[in-house]
Amino acid sequence: MISLSPDEWQAIRLSLDVATRSVLVSLLPAIFIAWLLTRRRFAGRFLLDALVHLPLVVPPVVVGWGLLMLFGIQGPIGAPLHAWFGIRLVFTTEGAALATAVMSFPLIVRAVRLGLEQVDPGLEEAARTLGARPLDRFLTITLPLMSPGILAGAVTAFAAGLGEFGAVITFASNIPGETQTLPLAIYTATQTPGGEGTAARLALISFGLAMGGLLLADLIARRMHLWLGRG
Amino acid sequence: MLEVSLRHRFGGFALDVEFTAPARGVTAIFGPSGCGKSTILNAVAGLLRPDSGRVALDGTALLDTAHGIALPAEQRRCGVVFQEARLFPHLNVDSNLRYGMRRAPRDADGPSFEEVVALLGIEGLLGRRPARLSGGERQRVALGRALLMRPCLLLMDEPLAALDAPRRAEILPFLARLRDAAAMPILYVTHALDEVDALADQMVLMDSGRVLASGGLEALTARTDLPLAARRDAGVLIAARITGHEASRGLTRLSFPGGALWVPLQTVPVGTALRLRLRARDVAVALTRPADVSVQNILCAVLREIAPTASPHEVFLHLAVGETVLLARVTRDAVARLGLLVGQEVWAMVKSVAFDHARLP
Repeated sequence: MISLSPDEWQAIRLSLDVATRSVLVSLLPAIFIAWLLTRRRFAGRFLLDALVHLPLVVPPVVVGWGLLMLFGIQGPIGAPLHAWFGIRLVFTTEGAALATAVMSFPLIVRAVRLGLEQVDPGLEEAARTLGARPLDRFLTITLPLMSPGILAGAVTAFAAGLGEFGAVITFASNIPGETQTLPLAIYTATQTPGGEGTAARLALISFGLAMGGLLLADLIARRMHLWLGRG
Repeated sequence: MLEVSLRHRFGGFALDVEFTAPARGVTAIFGPSGCGKSTILNAVAGLLRPDSGRVALDGTALLDTAHGIALPAEQRRCGVVFQEARLFPHLNVDSNLRYGMRRAPRDADGPSFEEVVALLGIEGLLGRRPARLSGGERQRVALGRALLMRPCLLLMDEPLAALDAPRRAEILPFLARLRDAAAMPILYVTHALDEVDALADQMVLMDSGRVLASGGLEALTARTDLPLAARRDAGVLIAARITGHEASRGLTRLSFPGGALWVPLQTVPVGTALRLRLRARDVAVALTRPADVSVQNILCAVLREIAPTASPHEVFLHLAVGETVLLARVTRDAVARLGLLVGQEVWAMVKSVAFDHARLP
């Protein structure tokens, strides 16, 4: 068994905290956007699709920089947030969660879309004829049937969120106990003389958490499909 | 009464139909695949918005494009039975059955949950998920779900097409019971004539987006100008009633408007109404009453019309027995040999009678 120093534990806890928050923040918007992209035909659909996928192809540092521009104390969103609600996102745990959420957003949207595409529109039609109005239909038929996709997306995003580096370090900086998540702590350790042991331990834990997350996502998806009678 | 009038274009296909369906009983929409039958059903259910048209139930418009009326499907209260059942896979049979029932208006009237479950024989399935049902069981649950939503109108889109022959035979009696129990118009889309024979009272005969003919099923089967006459077992359907048994001779007497037929002894009681199919190829004619023949049923008839068949060598004879018209399929040579003329009195020999047992109550 590897024994960990309090600082190392702190990095792990912080990572779990940031990843959890990022999933909680992005889940509902992701379901909405996935539904829009799958079920609605509107002008600007392709633009929205591209925008959602941007974090996958743009360097994470650029995403972090963009967030800094938008949510910084002087930024168009950050300034009113700070002035009216006293909320500061840069250099905070919340900021790290926001950066992580943006980075993992395309992953959730993709998984939720896959889940939604598996829902037979014929079943929603059947629900319509049985008297179910749109929201009723969505909550009682569409949502349960797409839930494997939602869960898989959440778990994948959580696993990926544990390791978000570029956007977090750019937007939220590298503050131990505040924004120094696992990958940041590993990076710091590699830059510190004698930090090789810390780096190795944390890297191993990163690997284990990510692997566990993926396996869990797969297991949940299987269970849910079985539950939905898809065998 | 249900009034339907629809016009819709999509791709290279044009639908232009108009028909009515009575307030009770099954109106079969019959025609080859791709003739627009399902489009009609979807438009009536509100799942498809036609270019123009009107759908009215007992005078109330569900759709009237001329007046900007188009009730959404969820407010039309049309119970729909789809070809593939479309049960909700995450709900068990009980919850599936209650889905529409919970959303029906409070004052809506209809059979109770227990009655429907008993009618369809699905008591033992209530706790199961759809994935663990057979095709026939699924379709029965789908029927129950549509009935329990307290519909004003039942729409069935080839409900038996996805099933094999034994399963179809399993469901047909349930459909017949449902038809007799349901006090609402039922539109039944199919391309299987045996289902029409077994279930329908009215028929809308379709081909490539148009209505060829519509009306009472018995009347339509007596017409030789419709594609129905081209089928191998073409012949008239007759509504008859059992009026007596003669056990000593082993015969049962069936009366129809204008005459009576003897058939081998039946076990159903006197007074039972049933539907007979007299195939045109099973009816022969003679100029004088034949003696010394084994045929049980020899009816006096008037030759009303000599109509062509798909074959150049054969014709249909329209034979009026009282007010009922029979069809006989004979060769042109026979017509010439006997010197048959319209208006002439002839003897019709009926060699066999096919029963439609699904008609039995």
